[in-house]
Amino acid sequence: MNTSAFGLIYTGENNPKMRDLTASRAVAALPFGGRYRCIDFILSNLVNTGITSVGLIAQKNYHSLMDHLGAGKEWDLHRKRDGLFILPPFLTKDSTEPYRGSTDAFHGCMGYVRRCPSQYIIISGSHTIFNTDFRAMIEQHIDTRADITIMYNEDPFFDPEDQNKDLRLYLDGDGRVTSMEYDPYRPGSNYQSCDVMIMDKALFEHLVNDAHARGETHFIREVLMKKCTSLKVFGWRYDGVVKRLNSVASYFSANMSLLDPEIRKDLFNPKTPIYTKVKDEVSARYGADAKAVNSMLADGCEVYGSVENCILFRGVVIGKGSVVKDSILLQGTTVGENVKLDHVIMDKGVTIRDGRVLAGYDGFPMVIRKNATI
Amino acid sequence: MKKKIVAMLLAGGQGSRLGVLTSSMAKPAVPFGGKYRIIDFPLSNCVNSGIDTVGVLTQYRPLALNSYLGTGQYWDLDRLNGGVFVLPPYMTADDGRWYSGTANAIYQNREFVDQYDPDYVLVLSGDHIYKMDYSAMLKYHTKMNAAATIAVLPVPWEEAHRFGIMNTDAHNRITSFEEKPKEPKSNNASMGIYIFNWKLLRAYMEEDDRNPDSSNDFGKNIIPAMLGNGEKMYAYPFEGYWKDVGTVQSLWEANMDLIADPPLLKLDDPSWRIYSKTMSLPAHVVGKNAEIRNSLVTEGSVVNGTVRHSVLFGGSVVEDGAFVEDSVVFPGAVIKRGARITKAIIGENSVIGENCVIGGPLREGEKVDNKLTGDIALIGNDITVDDGVYMPQGAIASVN
Repeated sequence: MNTSAFGLIYTGENNPKMRDLTASRAVAALPFGGRYRCIDFILSNLVNTGITSVGLIAQKNYHSLMDHLGAGKEWDLHRKRDGLFILPPFLTKDSTEPYRGSTDAFHGCMGYVRRCPSQYIIISGSHTIFNTDFRAMIEQHIDTRADITIMYNEDPFFDPEDQNKDLRLYLDGDGRVTSMEYDPYRPGSNYQSCDVMIMDKALFEHLVNDAHARGETHFIREVLMKKCTSLKVFGWRYDGVVKRLNSVASYFSANMSLLDPEIRKDLFNPKTPIYTKVKDEVSARYGADAKAVNSMLADGCEVYGSVENCILFRGVVIGKGSVVKDSILLQGTTVGENVKLDHVIMDKGVTIRDGRVLAGYDGFPMVIRKNATI
Repeated sequence: MKKKIVAMLLAGGQGSRLGVLTSSMAKPAVPFGGKYRIIDFPLSNCVNSGIDTVGVLTQYRPLALNSYLGTGQYWDLDRLNGGVFVLPPYMTADDGRWYSGTANAIYQNREFVDQYDPDYVLVLSGDHIYKMDYSAMLKYHTKMNAAATIAVLPVPWEEAHRFGIMNTDAHNRITSFEEKPKEPKSNNASMGIYIFNWKLLRAYMEEDDRNPDSSNDFGKNIIPAMLGNGEKMYAYPFEGYWKDVGTVQSLWEANMDLIADPPLLKLDDPSWRIYSKTMSLPAHVVGKNAEIRNSLVTEGSVVNGTVRHSVLFGGSVVEDGAFVEDSVVFPGAVIKRGARITKAIIGENSVIGENCVIGGPLREGEKVDNKLTGDIALIGNDITVDDGVYMPQGAIASVN
């Protein structure tokens, strides 16, 4: 196992394109794939790399994230040495308000970074979903003697409605980054950063302190892009499945993509399991008139009606005579009898009374906010 | 550190009546109910009853049980004081022997119990499925000022002769005990759950150990000896679901009880959760041609065929065109295309080949040895059944 690196995850960006889904939670805490949260993927990736120390920068709305992570036991990060460190903003004589940007946040957790004995730091965002371990990336980083290595994938499709501050890389023949664009209106490169980079811990400390001293707050725009050519920045190409939760539409399609066995095989590779908080639910129950096709259902569900092209999270109940199509039902939602749902995302704890009919549209699913009763 | 009560779980049995299912693991490690193992029930009952110190006594194939229990974290039994301990027999400088009986297993581990200096000891078996609040039983035990309390369940009179029967007076005080009586005087069957005052039990076990003719068993020796000496022993009547799953038939039945409508045992009970080791598998998936009715399906499963009135455990696979009815499919088992499974138990990680028929009617002149299985077809663990094989009801597939 590789213990020469430690992880630092940056969470807490708000994203208005997520509509009600992020009203009460950080993007990192978004439920995904029936029983997971978005953060489970990057955390499990780090753990499966053999990393035992992970810092997690929490900002606004981090209550549900803290509740999910606890002491990190489920990710095997509940350790005597190292483990999971949750780093919310706190007031000190130097800092009297919430983080003003990523550089500010990194600066705020320098105490944790300084104490980590590992040589390399893996810095990651929290809204990108993939399943890999970073050993090959660390190896490439060492072999190329790069200052910074950024993980990227190639994605030729572009939907301007479905972008969220993406970072595009321009690469030369050796894989070295020659230029970058951030949040482009129309990107000129198909190489999109996966929100993960590796660098030497000492370099990271220097870059953050230097930028902070100049009053800069935005790490990508003001540090990474400015130093793109003066430092040796390399890309690490990843060819597996990558899903970005940028908007309600991509949240919907990323969840639905799990119905494709090839994508499932990649994201839920049994050699690198994705860990999550355990709820001790019972197995899902199908009633006498149940009908379920092309769907994914977590434990604790009870199906008495009909379900087609759906993702059902833990403990969802579908009443008799109800027909639910192309929908995502988050944990603990209850659908009464003879209900019709089509292209709906129901947040946690929603109750739909008997006989209601709700429909969104392909590309614009209806989002029903947490704990609503309809 | 002193504990009020310590639980000792008798998990020793090979469970030979479960046949090939227990060839590589002790009975308590046998899967049950979609995502559990039998031992999850007494363990979860302990935790939910506020008992945090459990010794698990085993001498048969402890590996599966040992690695399953781990530090006890899945049951919240990784405690600073107490927790769950697997206690196999051991050697000492001048002695060392196998557990010769249920009482001997606990006697050999008296030092373990003494560490906690408990007032009471709760003795449990590892092959029963039920939800029970032991703290209510303990309250009853102390209220009656009893030396021992035995949980009993009223069973149908015609079945009473298969159980250990407690005859009681009007106040539930036990007057006599009969093991499998031909003509039962009562239908109060012992559930194999005892609470003893530890100091007293220790004295009785010591005396019993000096008797070379004793079989060192609770039912045969300790309880009759205590009754003979006029100790105050009470029956604690239990109401609710309880099933001994020591046979293939009863294991199958107990699984079917979960999918009855309404279920005979309700596992979806937030106030009394059954905890289990999790496998970190994704939610289960149903394919485009799947049809599932009256069934339990667990995380990690993939169903493309037809499943009726069955229990599918984590990571099991039912391929396109396969048909599974009235069956129990253990973790990781794969039912290939076109296979037809009726009234069967499919062991862990076994593979049923394409177009196999498992549990079909007996063909003309065909005979199977079904002493253990009745009409249930049984496939052991880690077995690959080749494509197109026909296996009639009651047949057993195992290695060798």
